[in-house]
Amino acid sequence: MENSRRDLGPLPGPDINADARTYWAAAAEERLVVQCCDECGIYRFYPRPLCPDCASDQATWTEVSGQGSVHTFTIVHRAPNKEFQAITPYVIALIDLDEGPRMMANILGNDAIEVAIGDRVRVIFEERDGGARVPQFVRAGD
Amino acid sequence: MLRNKVIIAGVGDSDIGKVPDMSGLALNAQAAKRALDDAGMRMKDVDGLLTAYSLTEPYFMLGTVLAEYLGLQPTYCASLVVGGGTPGAALHHAAMAVTTGQAKVVLVTCGENRATGQSRDEAVNALTQVGHPYFENPYGPLVPAFYAMVTQRYMHEFGTQREDLAHVAVRARHHAVRHPNSPMKSEITVDDVLASKPIAEPLNMLDCCFISDAAGAFIVTTPDRAADLANRPAWLWGIGECHTHEHITLAPSLTEFGAVQSGSQAYEMAGVGPKDIDFAELYDCFTIVPIIEAEELGLAERGSGGELFASGETAIEGRLPINTHGGLLSYAQAGASGGIHGIVEAVRQLRGGESARQVPKHDIALIHNEGGVLSSHCTMILGRDKR
Repeated sequence: MENSRRDLGPLPGPDINADARTYWAAAAEERLVVQCCDECGIYRFYPRPLCPDCASDQATWTEVSGQGSVHTFTIVHRAPNKEFQAITPYVIALIDLDEGPRMMANILGNDAIEVAIGDRVRVIFEERDGGARVPQFVRAGD
Repeated sequence: MLRNKVIIAGVGDSDIGKVPDMSGLALNAQAAKRALDDAGMRMKDVDGLLTAYSLTEPYFMLGTVLAEYLGLQPTYCASLVVGGGTPGAALHHAAMAVTTGQAKVVLVTCGENRATGQSRDEAVNALTQVGHPYFENPYGPLVPAFYAMVTQRYMHEFGTQREDLAHVAVRARHHAVRHPNSPMKSEITVDDVLASKPIAEPLNMLDCCFISDAAGAFIVTTPDRAADLANRPAWLWGIGECHTHEHITLAPSLTEFGAVQSGSQAYEMAGVGPKDIDFAELYDCFTIVPIIEAEELGLAERGSGGELFASGETAIEGRLPINTHGGLLSYAQAGASGGIHGIVEAVRQLRGGESARQVPKHDIALIHNEGGVLSSHCTMILGRDKR
């Protein structure tokens, strides 16, 4: 099973502000979207109104492939709250998307704690409290 | 250009460790009083005040509140928030204030009652503020997890070993037990570090600093006051800052941070290089951090910072003593106090006379503070004499 920790009940949903609304609305439909700068073509994460490279305020939300690789990771034994403590040990990783941006996520799946730097991963969507869906990754081939 | 224009006239720290009978503000007041006594100054000499932030006592205007608490009506007053980098940034700001005449004597004080002023859960919860609320915190990170990811990548790129990290903690403890004000009284071994509880792999409990009640303070003024002081001042030779990101997800690199830039500014202002440094006080919230800083600041070749600590060269009697008070790992970490104890220690070492932990050569000190996740950097170079 891709996401065995659902057995424990859903984790808290994400907090959402105005910058993040489009991103999380797409995630709820199981689509991973990032902004692409209309001026310089750079994909950026996290979402914000100005391009960090050229300061253009024109960008287009674009669905990305959901493919990437693990830049680094940690296996967490001490969690920030009881919901996460219940699922320790779990993996947090920084994922480099093939389109360029880097994002944080958990690595899920039964072989998650065997993850290594450089592993290929693909996005899945984890159900959270209140029906929210959060982009997560599994090792490619899972 | 601030070289030779600014002195640190006095330093102090509060009672440290678990101090349940004092509020966070009271710890700051105690450190401030001790720094003023050390300088031979009185509270009414202070016309500038800089402080940091408090998770345990999150006043809306902490700088102004602290001024009120101390009975001050300063013409220059602010709270700065660049995490562990705050004391260094505050020295930088205070130096600019006294050289432009905005204030004559600036008191800088940072710290809080982080060990006893809140429950363990509250402490942990407050620290999740370091993570991005919308794009990192949904994944359950704590501060050690951020630094663990840096450590993992650093080990991958440069072959830094778990044992190298452990040596950093062992060395810090060895220095702390020689400090009369240190809460840590017993030595640890590499095996102790490797066998301590895993927190976020590859970091174990003893790779992480512990939480304290603590505050530190120093007095910044101009050299024309030097002759009136109770103790020898330290001279500011060079200082530099660099702020590259806050959240680790947006760090430009996990193997190259802003200490390169802050360090080169400080060296250039001071007119010295890494080989001239007699001893260093490097921010060490986790064992990987002083390894990276030593490399970025040119005190070790890239990839050989671990060896520097493992070899014993950073001992009090070694070639380059580092974290002579025990650092955050074994002396004190109370929010922004972590880095200020390095500044306090450097001034004391420059004067000499610290008995069991006095470094033999003490003319030029380097101090590095960093905040966030290797996000905000400040490098300071202090001299025993005018440059």
